[in-house]
Amino acid sequence: MIAELGHFALILALCVAALLGTLPLLGAHYHRREWVVLARPAAQVFFLLVAASFVALAWSFYVNDFSVTYVAEHSNSLLPTMYRLAAVWGGHEGSLLLWIFMLAGWTVAVAQLSHTLDETMVARVLGVLGLVATGLLLFVLLTSNPFGRMLPAAENGRDLNPLLQDPGLVFHPPMLYMGYVGFSVAFAFAIAALLSGRLDAAWARWSRPWTTTAWIFLTLGIGLGSWWAYYELGWGGWWFWDPVENASFMPWLIGTALIHSLAVTEKRGSFKSWTVLLAIGAFSLSLLGTFLVRSGVLTSVHAFATDPRRGIFILVLLALVIGSSLTLYAWRAPKVALGGSFALLSRETMLLIGNVLLVVAAGSVLLGTLYPLIVDALSLGKISVGPPYFNTVFVPLMAPVLFLMAAAPLARWKHADVKQMARGLWIAAVLAVGAAIAIPLAMGGWTVLTGLGTMLAIWVGTSMGLQIAKRLKSGIPPLSFWGMQLGHLGIAVFVVGVTLVGGFQEEKDVRMEPGDTVLVGGHEFKFMGVTQVQGPNYSAARGQFEVTQGGRRSSTLYPEKRNYVSSSMPMTEAAIDAGLTRDVYVSLGEPLEGQAWAVRVYFKPFVDWIWGGCLLMALGGLCAVSDRRYRLRMRAPAAALQGATT
Amino acid sequence: MKAKFLIPLAAFGVLVAFLAVGLTRDPHEIPSPLVSKAAPAFKVPQLVAADKAFSPADLKGQVWMLNVWASWCVACRVEHPLLVELGRSKIVPLIGLDYKDKREDALKTLAQQGNPYDLSAVDTDGRIGIEYGVYGVPETFIIDKNGIIRHKQIGPVTAEALEKTILPLIAKLKNS
Amino acid sequence: MKRLFALLMIALALGTGWAKEAVPLAEDPVVEQRLIAISEEMRCLVCQNESLAGSRAELAQDLRRELRTLIKQGKTDAEIRDFMVERYGDFVLYRPRIKPQTWLLWGGPFLLMIVAVAVLLTYLRRRNRAVVDEDRLSEDEASRAEALLKEGER
Repeated sequence: MIAELGHFALILALCVAALLGTLPLLGAHYHRREWVVLARPAAQVFFLLVAASFVALAWSFYVNDFSVTYVAEHSNSLLPTMYRLAAVWGGHEGSLLLWIFMLAGWTVAVAQLSHTLDETMVARVLGVLGLVATGLLLFVLLTSNPFGRMLPAAENGRDLNPLLQDPGLVFHPPMLYMGYVGFSVAFAFAIAALLSGRLDAAWARWSRPWTTTAWIFLTLGIGLGSWWAYYELGWGGWWFWDPVENASFMPWLIGTALIHSLAVTEKRGSFKSWTVLLAIGAFSLSLLGTFLVRSGVLTSVHAFATDPRRGIFILVLLALVIGSSLTLYAWRAPKVALGGSFALLSRETMLLIGNVLLVVAAGSVLLGTLYPLIVDALSLGKISVGPPYFNTVFVPLMAPVLFLMAAAPLARWKHADVKQMARGLWIAAVLAVGAAIAIPLAMGGWTVLTGLGTMLAIWVGTSMGLQIAKRLKSGIPPLSFWGMQLGHLGIAVFVVGVTLVGGFQEEKDVRMEPGDTVLVGGHEFKFMGVTQVQGPNYSAARGQFEVTQGGRRSSTLYPEKRNYVSSSMPMTEAAIDAGLTRDVYVSLGEPLEGQAWAVRVYFKPFVDWIWGGCLLMALGGLCAVSDRRYRLRMRAPAAALQGATT
Repeated sequence: MKAKFLIPLAAFGVLVAFLAVGLTRDPHEIPSPLVSKAAPAFKVPQLVAADKAFSPADLKGQVWMLNVWASWCVACRVEHPLLVELGRSKIVPLIGLDYKDKREDALKTLAQQGNPYDLSAVDTDGRIGIEYGVYGVPETFIIDKNGIIRHKQIGPVTAEALEKTILPLIAKLKNS
Repeated sequence: MKRLFALLMIALALGTGWAKEAVPLAEDPVVEQRLIAISEEMRCLVCQNESLAGSRAELAQDLRRELRTLIKQGKTDAEIRDFMVERYGDFVLYRPRIKPQTWLLWGGPFLLMIVAVAVLLTYLRRRNRAVVDEDRLSEDEASRAEALLKEGER
């Protein structure tokens, strides 16, 4: 019954979305106010219906309703409650419903938080969001319905893939989708601006907080995914340039370019059509990613069960949404005024170069991801493009961006004073070169990559420190300043993590009997043996390892080799002792003869700086969004009222 | 409309075209680089007559089929009836390659489901499979009179594949 | 530093009696090191996008065994890669070979970067002139402004 209600709510949501996507937009165009004012209430009803549908699916999982096919495929009565609920988005149909739920959430948020925005603009923005929602709802209802029943009902479900039975599943997809889907708001604002012909600094000011918030979620989502892979997969890797990973990274790169471009458009009125193009691009990449992951055109560990029919539908949706947006862009953008002038050497130019480099980087990732498909489509054979390609190409592209990151904040708008910049930056340069030599040597050995990474990170970090010191002389800077510094610091910290762990990690693959020890990265690991333990839906062999460093007890680690009731493949659950300067990581391999086990031990210096950097970036974004300029906007109506009465 | 503003749309159009073609391809299917190359040589014991050996050179001068199979292979059961029929028709010698299998299990499977092969060679550790670029079971190779591989069928032999590709090719090779 | 630890551990081992330093799982760590380096850049053919180095699939284990044999036979990295490509095609390499098919792949990003930055700088130069032109008053507006100013002077 509940599943049917959920299904029905979804159908109603489609109707409301279709309404939202047509009448307000027509009303804005033909100046029919009675249609324009429909936008907000329609958005609210739309959200409630989608929420109801989502709750219905979640309920079916919660009560173990195995007559719902999707529940039977992804859940099990022994599955702990937390994972039963997270399993809602464990498969294609449910994750799409999550996608739409997020879209509905963003739509209603725009509806609720835009009372000081001109109502025609609101109508256009919500209308565009409604159109996108209509397309996706049609997709779900026609090809990917999560509420299908199976009769007779299954005795018990097939269970959630053991790899997914982890807190990571609870947080990573929702965060990721919040970000991914959140770029639809920037997209909607851009389309609304193109439709109305009004592309000005005000539009940029409106778009900024929405875009930054989506960017924050996407940063956290990607970071979480990377961290999850690291501790779950048991081989210590954290990024594989897998097509699905790339599908989330490309919008992030364009999104980063976008938030910087929006800043310039808001402050200086320049880059308007470029910013609009970026806004269209970011969401287009989100949609493209959705297509790549679900259509079966690419091989990926993350890919959902594929069906070419679904692929055709999403491709058509993709073509319609992006095709019409780019057509609108080609039509309206040339009419946009150019904005202020600036010298070739200025903050504007440096930001633009940074933007261009980010776009080239995203383009390169796209090229690498799609190249096997292109070669196959042209009947030129079958090739693979993997991490060696991406690592070789991506790092040199990012190096100039990091260089600019330190220099651009010191450049003046309109016309940069090179001498002044040099005066500000020479300390950073000296420290960077010094660190580039000293730190790798101190860690164990110098290579080009470790030197380069260290140099760029210290370059950015020192420049940051100098900017803060200088700025503090004239009082406490606003939150937006701290946002920028934290964001850039996050990148520097991230680069330190990547460089040092990549250059200096140690790994040993050994055979251990109880009592044996192994030395890795200055830590001694003693194997104390294995005990059998019982989990809610698995039985496991749990190993115990005593870790000492320099004679002092450091930690005890309990890696497990689990056998889930529902799966024949044993799963390894690594044990990690995380620290500020290093992780030690132990993973059980196969049991050998007697009491011996194959064991993998890792020493990973500074690896947590990778995700620490992501957190700092997100924090930076949060500061930027919380700047009082945006909060003032909320209080504006009240202030206006006050002004009117005094 | 200034031309440069149409560039994004044009680029997107090209992208969609590629994606559309991509939907018709299977990224998991790996064509064999061994087609038109000499079938790798080997000499291993036979499955049934364990004291006798088999080598591809034995069939020089004939067109023949090499079918990679195993008792543990589920998909092989799908093609087995077709192979039995093919074996009975005696169009070409059908040689099996028992891949990473146990002798007792293999013999049991053949007893239960019928033996379509003129003989089966034994590849216990998978080395021959690697030489032939085998990455899944079943796979079937068509080899011509000069010992050159002419076609590789990935996955079970289907009636359609037999009709459209395999039998016509065999006929052509026999006449050359 | 490391020698100190080794001594400490030997002392510990002697002290505890039975406990010993764990032996590497691989027969020959040097060969294993090379194997990991080579197989990390190869694809596991039966997996959904995993490297040959890490995959636990049976074919992956068999292939690693083959590669180990080749390494012990003294084959170079290039020869080992050729061995795999001869049997499984270019698909097995994660680092695409540089051939006409992949010129666009390897050259594209850098070409794009150079072209993009060049186009940008050229565009900016032209833009500055256009903006200045936009700012400059048209003839009409200029004469009107002059007239108004003259009026103000009177």
